[in-house]
Amino acid sequence: MDLMNTVLPYLLSGVSVGGQYALIAIGYTMVYGILRLINFAHGDVFMVAGLMMVYLSASLPLYLAVPLVAVLTVLLGFAIERVAYKPLRTAPRMSVMISAIGVSYLLQNLALYITGGLNKNYPTIPWISDQITVFGAPTKRVTLITPFLTVALVVILVWLINHTKAGMAMRAVSRDFETAQLMGIRINNVISVTFVIGSFLAAVGSMLYFSNYPGVVPTSGGMPGLKAFVAAVFGGIGSIPGAVIGAFIIGVCENIIKGLDVILQTLGVLKEPLELATFSDAFTFVLLIVILVFKPTGLFGEKTTDKV
Amino acid sequence: MAENVLKIENITMQFGGVVAVDNMNLEINQGEIVALIGPNGAGKTTAFNVVTGVYQPTNGAVWFQGEKIVENHPQGKMKQQYKGQHAGEYGQVLSPTPDAITKLGMARTFQNIRLWKSQTVFDNVLIAKHCRTHTNFLAAAFRMNRREEQEQRRHVAELLEIVGLSGVKDELATSLPYGKQRRLEIARALATEPKLLLLDEPAAGMNPQETNELTAFIGEIRSKLGLTVFLIEHHMDLVMDISDRIYVLDFGKLIAEGTPAEIQNNQRVIDAYLGVAEDA
Amino acid sequence: MIEKQKKFTLASLVLVAAMLVLVIVLDQVIKPTDSMSMLLKVLQKGSIYALAAVSMNLLNGFTGLFSLGHAGFMLIGAYTYAIFTIPSDARDVVYQYYDAAVRLSFPEALSSVLGPFGTLLGVTLAIIAAGLVAALVAYLIGLPVLRLKSDYLAIATLGFAEVIRAVFQWGKLGPVTNGSNPLKSFVRINSFQIHLGGVSVSLSTFVPVLLSTVCIGLIVLLVNSTYGRSFKAIRDDEVAAEAMGVNLARHKMLSFCISSFFAGVSGAGLAMVLGISQASNFKSAMTYEILLMVVLGGIGSISGSCIGAMLFIAASEWWLRGLDSGSFLGINAPGVFRNGFRLVVFSVIIMIVVLFFRRGIMGDRELPDLLSRRRRRRKTGKGGGSNG
Repeated sequence: MDLMNTVLPYLLSGVSVGGQYALIAIGYTMVYGILRLINFAHGDVFMVAGLMMVYLSASLPLYLAVPLVAVLTVLLGFAIERVAYKPLRTAPRMSVMISAIGVSYLLQNLALYITGGLNKNYPTIPWISDQITVFGAPTKRVTLITPFLTVALVVILVWLINHTKAGMAMRAVSRDFETAQLMGIRINNVISVTFVIGSFLAAVGSMLYFSNYPGVVPTSGGMPGLKAFVAAVFGGIGSIPGAVIGAFIIGVCENIIKGLDVILQTLGVLKEPLELATFSDAFTFVLLIVILVFKPTGLFGEKTTDKV
Repeated sequence: MAENVLKIENITMQFGGVVAVDNMNLEINQGEIVALIGPNGAGKTTAFNVVTGVYQPTNGAVWFQGEKIVENHPQGKMKQQYKGQHAGEYGQVLSPTPDAITKLGMARTFQNIRLWKSQTVFDNVLIAKHCRTHTNFLAAAFRMNRREEQEQRRHVAELLEIVGLSGVKDELATSLPYGKQRRLEIARALATEPKLLLLDEPAAGMNPQETNELTAFIGEIRSKLGLTVFLIEHHMDLVMDISDRIYVLDFGKLIAEGTPAEIQNNQRVIDAYLGVAEDA
Repeated sequence: MIEKQKKFTLASLVLVAAMLVLVIVLDQVIKPTDSMSMLLKVLQKGSIYALAAVSMNLLNGFTGLFSLGHAGFMLIGAYTYAIFTIPSDARDVVYQYYDAAVRLSFPEALSSVLGPFGTLLGVTLAIIAAGLVAALVAYLIGLPVLRLKSDYLAIATLGFAEVIRAVFQWGKLGPVTNGSNPLKSFVRINSFQIHLGGVSVSLSTFVPVLLSTVCIGLIVLLVNSTYGRSFKAIRDDEVAAEAMGVNLARHKMLSFCISSFFAGVSGAGLAMVLGISQASNFKSAMTYEILLMVVLGGIGSISGSCIGAMLFIAASEWWLRGLDSGSFLGINAPGVFRNGFRLVVFSVIIMIVVLFFRRGIMGDRELPDLLSRRRRRRKTGKGGGSNG
């Protein structure tokens, strides 16, 4: 099985990256579901979580650093919402989106200042960074863990949303912002909870993601953030299972494309490499356009019509 | 043969399982003022939206000045869901965008006023003249259309004179009082040089005096500009005053048609508005 | 009324001409070693960014289409310009790893026939080509994406800009785009000099300023034409615009292509100023920066965008320089004021504008509005100023 051996590593890392995208995508999809806002800063929160891990683990033992990173990321997400989005609650949507872009710009520049633009090596988290072999393909343990952890977290989250009072409030707010407010739901609390959950998942995602990569730079958040957003759109914005499925599809496709040259050569289709890996990022956006043109509401989204 | 300006033929509009307009048939002749009345939620505005191209009907056809402009038949999932009649009679799909229909000579106002907020009164009307320009964007940018532009500005000034808004032409449209905003909407619709004017509740939110003025005004523009008018209205005074004929819509179905006097004495209409005692 | 308008047009033309003359004079007076030489750099780069910001404003501010694909179109412009102006003797050095496919340099080809005027014509043609290619790509992209609503449009255009960047970096296109390596050695702003009887007059600031002045002038003309008015109608209320006979698909496409045309031209201008075209410079961060310039100046104001761009470039390249290099306003704190601090301060300022001065510097007014008090009263006094 020559082909199997060629494809397997790409497939594995695809599923793994997909899981990490899923954790970020949930933050996007929940915020969009409630505020109708593309939180452009979310990818940068993810990057900052990575940087915090780098700095904290340098002075603290890991069993302290890991929870602390999660807490600080949650605080960051909460603070961003309170400072940059809450004052614009009644403003046009474009203003809020611009504010989100501004926050993203600020976080990147702050990271640039602190790191001096250098690549910061991500700490090795024991056990999950260990090398293991799956069907003869060497990989890190994190690759295997990610999908399971992701699915577990999502199941818990969905359960919380469907069975707790806060979850019910969230569903109500995403259905109709104004009416929920009139029914006595504390909008601001619900929004804060949304950002807290999203940031927490982004922190977990960043630990898994950066364990697989050599390091963190200020722009590390941009691409994963955009892809996670595309995953959210692909799955139908506002739908958590949709975002997860979308993220896995994007993760796998992207990694297959990264290896397409090698795979096609193994199959004998190509004589020489075409450097198709350049398009692994671009593919995500092509997918986005295709889904938006043919099924704008995504896989699981609900259809809305404008009233004239 | 009397020339039909507008003919709605077997139109059914179904949203999912809800039939908003059910097999509607209606004709409007040259120079008439025809009113469409009915209780709230009867499907009046939906009918307007079908005629002006905002919605694509589920089944049926619309004719304008003897030409078929809209036609559709149930497709896809709708084939099973369709609850209306005349399902197999329409084979073609004709679905022009609202702007194309406006260019044919049909203009409308909106139930909830939709003026361009950041524009002045004058510009609101001037923009509506855009659909009658013949210059392309390069010629327009290089000001090679001076004569056309001046002609348009003159016409806009004239229209504002007719609706009595000349004095406020440089104000922002949204700064006008409600009644004047409605007049401005009519002026804007007139700027597209329509033959048929569709008014969606033109007197909504007006006091009796304003309503009376509007009644006179609609009659006036009809005769002055040779228009045909199709209107939705709840103010019965206005409707009975100016309409040549009235159609009554209830739960998506036309239940009566006739002159104001006939409609006033029609038992079904009275039932629709006042309700029927449910005796089982 | 018309007489007054003529007078106004004449006055603004005189002002613009005076500004251009001033730029030429400044260019001669300020030596590269002067501390004021930063002013020239700011004028060169700022004017190009002003054009980029105005072209984005045409789409985002005047047509209400929130598009984030600007960097992509600028990239196309920068590459198109570079490819068609690299002289033949430099070509093989630039395309080090590839066999250059385009073997035509507009300025070179035309100067062999027409002399120095041919060079100028060639550069002009290359700039126009830059805009046209960008507009063509915009047309193709616009076919699917312009149907999308607000934020979906934003993310789709952002995505396409990334796709464009990936395509230009693709190794297989190396013979045209030089892969991920930069394009250089093409005609740039300091190639423009006039020799008048032994004295050489440098036009390196005049050329970019003239380029963007002409282009912004064209955009102003368009915005005030019947088409510009329809764009604003689409922005204010799409449904009403369509009901009044404005063909949405056609006008959105028109606005998108025109905006991209000028984005392409500004990309060419940027290439002329920087002397280098490299795909990795045209990231989404660039689009964000241009958007922030537009916001700073006021969405829907052309003069605002120009002011915003100039301030943005001046602050980030010149005034706040000290924040990066140890001392600022006499305060010496090398520990805090080190590389990158400038951008942090700068982004904080921008966040303050975004949050607390949402209408930006100009709101949706233009410079002449500020001058005539009567119009100002009308615009702000009657409920027009409440929403940003």
